[in-house]
Amino acid sequence: MDSVADLSGNLTVAILDVKGKSLIQRSYRDDVPPSYIERFLPLVLEMEEENVQVTPCFSDEGINYMHIRHNNLYLLALSKRNSNAAEVIFFLHRLCSVLTEYFKELEEESIRDNFVIIYELLDEMMDFGFPQTTESKILQEYITQESHKLEVQARPPMAVTNAVSWRSEGIRYRKNEVFLDVVESINLLVNASGNVIRSEILGAVKMKCYLTGMPELRLGLNDKVMFEATGRGARGKSFEMEDVKFHQCVRLSRFENDRTISFIPPDGEFELMSYRLSTPVKPLVYVEASVENHRGSRVEYMVKVRGQFKRKSTANNVEIFVPVPDDADSPKFRTSVGSVVYAPEKSAFVWKIKQLGGGRDYMMRAHFGLPSVRNDEIDKRAPISVNFEIPYFTVSGIQVRYLKIVEKSGYQMPWVRYIARNGDDYVLRTISDAKSSSIIAPL
Amino acid sequence: MAMAPPRKGENYELRQQLNSEYRDKRADAIKRVIANHTIGKDCSGLFPDVVKNMQTDDLEQKKLVYLYLMNYAKTQPELVILAVNTFVKDTADPNPLVRALAIRTMSILRAEKILDYLASPLSRCLKDDNPYVRKTAALCVAKVFDLKPELCVEYGFVETLRDLIGDGNPMVVANAVAALADIYEASLNLPDTPPTSPGRSSPPPSSKPNPELFIIDPPTLTKLLVALNECSEWGRIAILNTLARYKALDEKESEHICERVMPQFQHVNAAVVLGAVKVIMIHMKAVTREDLIKSLTRKMAPPLVTLISSPPEVQWVALRNINLLLQKRPDILANEMRVFFCKYNDPPYVKVEKLDIMVRLASEKNVDTLLGELKEYASEVDVDFVRKAVRAVGQVAIKIDEAAERCVGVLMELIETRVSYVVQEAVIVIKDIFRKYPHSYEGIIPTLCANLEELDEPEAKASLIWIIGEYAEKIENADELLGTFLESFKEESYPVQLQTLTAIVKLFLKKPDESQTIVQKVLQAATKDCDSADVRDRAYIYWRLLSSDPAAAKSVVLAVRPPISLPQTTVAPAILEELLAEVSSLASVYHKPAATFIGKGRLGAEEMQRRALEPEEENAREKALQTVVAGQQAENLLDFDADDEPQPSSAGGSQSLSMLGNGGISSSTISNVAKSTNPLDELMDLFSTASMTTPAAQPVAPKSTVSGIQGLQDDRQDTNTTHDAFAGLTGLGSPPQGLGNGNGVTSPAQSQGQAQQRGGAQDDLLGLF
Repeated sequence: MDSVADLSGNLTVAILDVKGKSLIQRSYRDDVPPSYIERFLPLVLEMEEENVQVTPCFSDEGINYMHIRHNNLYLLALSKRNSNAAEVIFFLHRLCSVLTEYFKELEEESIRDNFVIIYELLDEMMDFGFPQTTESKILQEYITQESHKLEVQARPPMAVTNAVSWRSEGIRYRKNEVFLDVVESINLLVNASGNVIRSEILGAVKMKCYLTGMPELRLGLNDKVMFEATGRGARGKSFEMEDVKFHQCVRLSRFENDRTISFIPPDGEFELMSYRLSTPVKPLVYVEASVENHRGSRVEYMVKVRGQFKRKSTANNVEIFVPVPDDADSPKFRTSVGSVVYAPEKSAFVWKIKQLGGGRDYMMRAHFGLPSVRNDEIDKRAPISVNFEIPYFTVSGIQVRYLKIVEKSGYQMPWVRYIARNGDDYVLRTISDAKSSSIIAPL
Repeated sequence: MAMAPPRKGENYELRQQLNSEYRDKRADAIKRVIANHTIGKDCSGLFPDVVKNMQTDDLEQKKLVYLYLMNYAKTQPELVILAVNTFVKDTADPNPLVRALAIRTMSILRAEKILDYLASPLSRCLKDDNPYVRKTAALCVAKVFDLKPELCVEYGFVETLRDLIGDGNPMVVANAVAALADIYEASLNLPDTPPTSPGRSSPPPSSKPNPELFIIDPPTLTKLLVALNECSEWGRIAILNTLARYKALDEKESEHICERVMPQFQHVNAAVVLGAVKVIMIHMKAVTREDLIKSLTRKMAPPLVTLISSPPEVQWVALRNINLLLQKRPDILANEMRVFFCKYNDPPYVKVEKLDIMVRLASEKNVDTLLGELKEYASEVDVDFVRKAVRAVGQVAIKIDEAAERCVGVLMELIETRVSYVVQEAVIVIKDIFRKYPHSYEGIIPTLCANLEELDEPEAKASLIWIIGEYAEKIENADELLGTFLESFKEESYPVQLQTLTAIVKLFLKKPDESQTIVQKVLQAATKDCDSADVRDRAYIYWRLLSSDPAAAKSVVLAVRPPISLPQTTVAPAILEELLAEVSSLASVYHKPAATFIGKGRLGAEEMQRRALEPEEENAREKALQTVVAGQQAENLLDFDADDEPQPSSAGGSQSLSMLGNGGISSSTISNVAKSTNPLDELMDLFSTASMTTPAAQPVAPKSTVSGIQGLQDDRQDTNTTHDAFAGLTGLGSPPQGLGNGNGVTSPAQSQGQAQQRGGAQDDLLGLF
């Protein structure tokens, strides 16, 4: 008996506050003494002190600590065996997003206020260390904030065990509607000489589905591989997805066979698929800055932005983050368009342009004072980063050709919106030092 | 006699409320009990009062009471029995949620008494109409097996579980598969029960289920492959794990599995993707059809690349696995280096991993872009990352001959920045480049020497001194430069002292006329004023060599070293295979076999040693063969050892071991020698920049135990901390001995006693001098 206990591993999931104190914990196998959870942060600090890289998974005295960070919280899993690290880490992320959907903000307070429901969720989401139901929509059907009395609602959690685990039966809508959003996020890196050295498009097809019953859907895209297979290459533009990820509702084997995207959708909003392309992309919004740094007194910037896309398109909500020294002060800005604010918490100033037309370019100047005594630290050379959104536009050329509801004929085209925007890594290293003969006219 | 509970305080109040006649009050009290438990207060005293509230129609309250029971059943084993009735009743409740909840909780209570009542409700629930109850019950079997395996065997739960693989509901299938795998693993660790006639006449309670139950036959395989496409994401992981364990009958079946698993690459869940990669890596071994292998590896790349857009923690797990995959199949991502470029905001642990992968993917084609990137990284603020970026430049230089010059150019640019840690790291790296391409870049030596003042880290100093010694004949003021180090000799760290000593001896051998005094001084200082036995030993050897046979001294000290290269792998081949079979697990993330980090105490350590020895014995044999071939070349160098070692010019590995034994080294040391003949160690020694920083536990080799190695290691004293955990596990505890057999002592540490006879290795060994 004892030997069994020793050999069996265990999995404990805990959420810790920033000081490493456990806010809530649930052990799925055996008991890991709470001391192990409390030991987590001291271990992390110790590693930091000894200049050892703190990684998401590490082991200490036979206990494996796997964690992710969310705001000021640590979501931690402990195990004694050779666990599936990818599964555990991914589960923690899933837990995080479920809790966020339940409480809007996942933070210390929302955890303390909702411990009962978190226990319930932890109970449903994992059993004996094996993740179970992690779809928040399904969980919300039978774990709700209001306590429910059995006599009122004896709820068998049907969706959990349907062959279709992501959709409940018996959904009804008076008006059946589907909305499709195709969002392409562009990540790219431009080097100091203005060349794109890395670029990728991360696309996502998001759906809002308000359909009755168990509808069987088929989505048609201008998929190059399928066009070629069916000999339709000549007609129309096609696009090639390098890697596609589907929501679990999509039949993967079907896609593998004949590139058909067929599925029974979850109810409401979800991301049907995502794709990635690493085709070269030119920077849609190009920014360059020249800097004149008079150490010890002031620093001046001249920033140029250009919309490098078709004239009929417009980039909305453009935000350009230009890094400045940490100790810059007394900002002065001058711009012909938009507004500029100093964001000292980000060590940058932000140039906001509501609408940037294709083919247009604008300039702005900034002036900062610098303290006369400077610490000799080398400058951080953070790149310029840009946020923007270009509606009715995709970089890849993806098109939704049709969305069929298989049983019911005569269903019209869904509402489709296309949008191209920056990814979380749209950066340009195009900050150059202005030569001494200043191109930057004084303010 | 029970102690009367105190009549005041929070617990007293709670007890009152738990026994209140009002339902609301009771429900409230239970919440408060759980709240107290959550913040770590001990609530075990309230056990009987809480259990009274178990029978309720309020599902939430029931859940909380169950939660309480889970946490405190162990503390009150004799009171748990109070709950049994309600439990059993709940397992027959009309609401499937309640049935599942009851069976789930019941099976996890660590109380013998409960288990006895569990058997019949569990068999009922396993056949429940509702799949939710069935899927919950399936896992309960694994839980019960954990606590009381004989119960599972007695009631045939494992058989039932196997039947559930054919269940119509994919969730049930997934949990049945997961539970079976869990039980299988646990049963491996159970002691064998005395052999009984298998299954027939009911044997005395056996705790080991019939192993046949875990064999996956072709029909089961078909079921699994079908379920794989229908399951929830987590179920897919369980199924993929089982498929990884499956031994295919023939190549055709392996192909079939690969083809059926491949679509899973398209799944959003990173663990599913990695699980699919694992299964394919395993079953691909049996595939011989070139086109299929090609298509498999081609299709593997895009999903791996996409993982790099995941949240950082997932990314990191993916990167660690990609790193392993590349060691086996460097071609998978050959064209994808750019996706590994570090983002400005990547967490450090991600950046470091990416850097390593970029170097792995570096080729003549992409090297220019890579160098531009590395140069960019070298100007960031994170010192550790900057150093690694500089180091990466050196690794690229050593990996790609054609790019070496450009790398040196980049390094020179970096030195010009005059940022202290950049300069120091660059010097260290350049020393490696000199080793790989001797006499190619002498032009940069003056620039290096100009930065002498900047260096304050031992490793950088030692590197520069080594360079000066090596090119002493070309550096006009070499004696002056080395003289400055000699002045501060006593204050320097041992590695610097060793290098100073060696460099000055080299200088003397190259320019004997000018450096007579300086060599005298250094030998004096090293033998008289030094605390380190290694330094003293080495000084004595030199002294004796120089005084007895200057020609021999020359051939020893100025011997040509073998070129260094970048290791393809960071773990031994056998271990790499083992780790690849566990892709996505912690082992594959740590790059260490599971036995090294899961706490099994001594058992684990022994197991690990055994495994470590197996593959390496082969290496030792191979090495012995090489030794014979290389024997002749080494002859002149063996003269050096003539006075304390026999002349085993054609000796095999085993012979040289016994030879070391003569040297007075304990047998445990010898086993270490055998163990560390791993070629990997050799590479690590030669080129520690390529070594991995192990993510978690620091390797166990304490620096103090490797003093022997230091003497022989080219120039890095910290190499050994990055040693494979195996080599590090047992310290190389041979104490430094007297001058007579000083060489005998150091050679085992250098990890090949045998290698002494091998031409190349010998050069290496002695070339340090």
